[in-house]
Amino acid sequence: MSREVVLKAENLVKHYPIKAGVLRRTVGHVKAVDGVSFELYKGETLGIVGESGCGKSTLGRMLIRLEEPTAGKLTFDGVDVYSQKGAEMRQLRRDIQIVFQDPYTSLNPRKTVGDIVGEPFDIHTDVVPKRGRRQRVQELLELVGLNPEHINRYPHQFSGGQRQRIGIARGVALNPKVIICDEPVSALDVSVQAQVVNLLKDLQDRLGLAYVFIAHDLSVVRHISDRVGVMYLGKIVEIGDEDQIYGRPTHPYTQALLSAVPVPDPTLRDVREQIVLTGDVPSPANPPSGCRFHTRCWMAQEICSVDEPLLVGRPDGESEHDSACHFAEPRVIVA
Amino acid sequence: MSQTSSSVEVLDTGTRWQPQDGLLLEVEDLRVEFRTRYGVAKAINGVSFDLRQGETLAILGESGSGKSVTAQAIMGILDSPPAFITGGEIRYCGSNILALPEEQRREIRGPEISMVFQDALSSLNPVFPVGWQIAEMFRKHLGMNRRDSLERAVGLMERVQIPAARQRVKAFPHQFSGGMRQRIMIAMSIALDPAVLIADEPTTALDVTVQAQIMRLLAELQDERQMGLILITHDLGVVADVADRIAVMYAGRVVEQADVHDLYRNPAHPYTKGLLDSIPRLDQKGETLDAIGGLPPNLTNIPPGCPFNPRCHYAQDICRIDPPPPLREIARHRLSACHFSELLLAHSPELAVTRTAEEVEAYLEFGPEYPVTAGELDHNQDIERGGDLQ
Repeated sequence: MSREVVLKAENLVKHYPIKAGVLRRTVGHVKAVDGVSFELYKGETLGIVGESGCGKSTLGRMLIRLEEPTAGKLTFDGVDVYSQKGAEMRQLRRDIQIVFQDPYTSLNPRKTVGDIVGEPFDIHTDVVPKRGRRQRVQELLELVGLNPEHINRYPHQFSGGQRQRIGIARGVALNPKVIICDEPVSALDVSVQAQVVNLLKDLQDRLGLAYVFIAHDLSVVRHISDRVGVMYLGKIVEIGDEDQIYGRPTHPYTQALLSAVPVPDPTLRDVREQIVLTGDVPSPANPPSGCRFHTRCWMAQEICSVDEPLLVGRPDGESEHDSACHFAEPRVIVA
Repeated sequence: MSQTSSSVEVLDTGTRWQPQDGLLLEVEDLRVEFRTRYGVAKAINGVSFDLRQGETLAILGESGSGKSVTAQAIMGILDSPPAFITGGEIRYCGSNILALPEEQRREIRGPEISMVFQDALSSLNPVFPVGWQIAEMFRKHLGMNRRDSLERAVGLMERVQIPAARQRVKAFPHQFSGGMRQRIMIAMSIALDPAVLIADEPTTALDVTVQAQIMRLLAELQDERQMGLILITHDLGVVADVADRIAVMYAGRVVEQADVHDLYRNPAHPYTKGLLDSIPRLDQKGETLDAIGGLPPNLTNIPPGCPFNPRCHYAQDICRIDPPPPLREIARHRLSACHFSELLLAHSPELAVTRTAEEVEAYLEFGPEYPVTAGELDHNQDIERGGDLQ
C-alpha cells in the first residue's frame, strides 16, 4: 500500500458550550472531541470505534467541516481545510464526502432518487455537463447495485439497504478521494449489512477511495478496516493496524471493549475471558482527571488520576503501536 | 365472563400454575395477521415451540420475521385491531391461555409470564419515580401498602445492582443511564417471581460493555430463579453466548430449531447458514462476506412455497410450490423446514448451488432479463422469463 497521506488531523478539539439560567450564560463545556490526531493514507480504511458519546460522530462531522473546530488543524492533500473559504472550500468539498447512518432521515422524502444523487452536480456544475447528468446518475445507481430505471422513484419506495446504497451513490458522485462513513450499516438487518459492507469494499477497490469508517460494531470494523482507532470520551486511546488492535491490544479499554463483544460461536462460551466493566461512561462535560478511563479501569493506580498518559508508541509484544496507558501491556482477547 | 368457567375454577381455588414435567409453555401452530389499509400482513404463519423450566430459548430473526409479534401474542399485549390471532394455541402449564378472558390473562401477565422490552426509556412512565413504578407491581398484584411495596422495590433495585438504590428509589427514569434503566425494567419484570421471562432485544439499544453487564445479570437471575427465558434477538453473538436452544424465524415461520451447539456447528437450513456466513466475526479477518442476496419478503405478499426460496442459493422447482416445506424432525432434537436439510447437513455434493448471492441480488433488482454481471452469465445461461432462475 502506498503510504501517501490524504487527510491529516492534528489535535482536533470540539467543545460545545452548556448554557443555563435566564441569561443563557455558559456554565461549562461538553468536551465532545478533545484532542484527536491521526493520519489517513490513500486508499485505506481507518476504523474509528467507541461507545455512544465518545465523540466519534462529532469527529466525523468535523472531518467534512460540518462542524467548525474549537481548535486544531485538518489538512487534506497538504491544504489546510479550516482556513479555506468560498470557492476554494467548495472545491475541497468534492474530495471529502460523507455517508450518514440513518438512510431514513438522510434522504429528502420529497425528492426522487435522481434528484438526490444528482444534487451534487447542481452545485458543482462543471463536473458533468447538464445534458449528461441523467446518464451519470444512472451509471452511479448501477455502480451501487440499484436498477437505473428506478431513477424517478422516491426514497420510501426503497428498503433500508437500498436507501443506504442511494446515500453511497450520492457520496461517490463527485469522485471524492475520502469518504467519511458514519455508522453506515448500523441501521440495517444482518443479511443486508453484509451486502452494504461488500459494496463499500468493492467501491474502494474500484475507485481508490480512502474511508474513515465510524462504527460501534467492532466486528464490522475489523472486517473492513486496515487501521483502527479506539475512542473514549473524546480522545483516541489506542490506534494501530487492524491486527495490532484486535490481536494484541495494550490499552485496558480496548481490551474490555473487545472482550465484551459476543462472538457467534457457542463453543467459546466459557472459554473466552470476559472483562465486565463496572459503571457507565462518565459525562464528557466533566471528564475524570488524568487518564479518562481510570474510574472504570481495573489496573488504575495513583498516577492514572493525576498524570494523563500520552498516545505514543508502546511495545505490544511483537512491535509497537500507539496507546495512551501508563501500564500498556498486550493481552490476547480474541484468538 | 362466564363462558370459560372451567378455567376460572382453577384460579379461584388458588392453585398456583404448576408446570407438568418442567414444561412451562407450549406454542402450537400460532397464526397472527395484521389487517391494515394496505392489505393483510401475515406476521405469523404457524409457529410452534415449547419452553421448559430453567431453559433459555433464543428466537432469532431479522426485522419483520415475527419474533416480537410472537412474544406479544404470548404476553397478550397485541393491539387488536389491527392484529388478530387467527389460529393456534398458547398453552401455559397445560391450559390454553388464548381462551382465557382478559381478567385472567392479567393474573398471568406479571406473576407468571413477564417481559423486558427493548427500549426502556419509552417503556417506563416518565412522570413517576422508578421506585413507584416497580412498587406498583406489588400494590396491584399483591395488594401491598405503599410503604411495604416501596421497601420491596428498594430490595429489587439492589438485586439488579443499581448503586445507591435507597437514595435513587425516588428518581425519575430520565435521571438514569440507558443501562440502569434496563436494570429497572428487569427489576419490574422479575418483581412477582415469574416462571417465564421474555426478553425482547433487551440489549440492542445499549453499548457493548453495558450489554455484557445486562446479559450477565439476566443469566444470573435466570439461574437463581430457574425461570424459563425466551430471548428475542437478531444478534448471533449474543445467542451463542447464552442460549440453550434456538428457533430461527423467517417470514413468520420457524425455519429451524436446534440445540445451540448443533446449529452453529452445522446449520440445517439455508437461511441459517446464510446468516452465519454473512456476519463479520470479531476473531476473524475475512475478505468478502457471503451475503444473502435480496431482502426478506413483504408480509402482505409472501412468495408461494418456501418463503426463503427467492433468496436461497439452493432453490429448485419444488421450493416454489405450495405448501411450504413443514418444520420436521431431521435429526435428534433438530427441526428444519427445508426440503434439502439432510443434504445440507451432510454437506452433500448432490445439493447443487443453483445461484450465487450476486445473481439473487441482480435478479431481484433488475428482473429476469438483466445480465447479472458480464462474464458470469455462462454459469447461469438459462435465465428464463417469468421468474425461474436455475
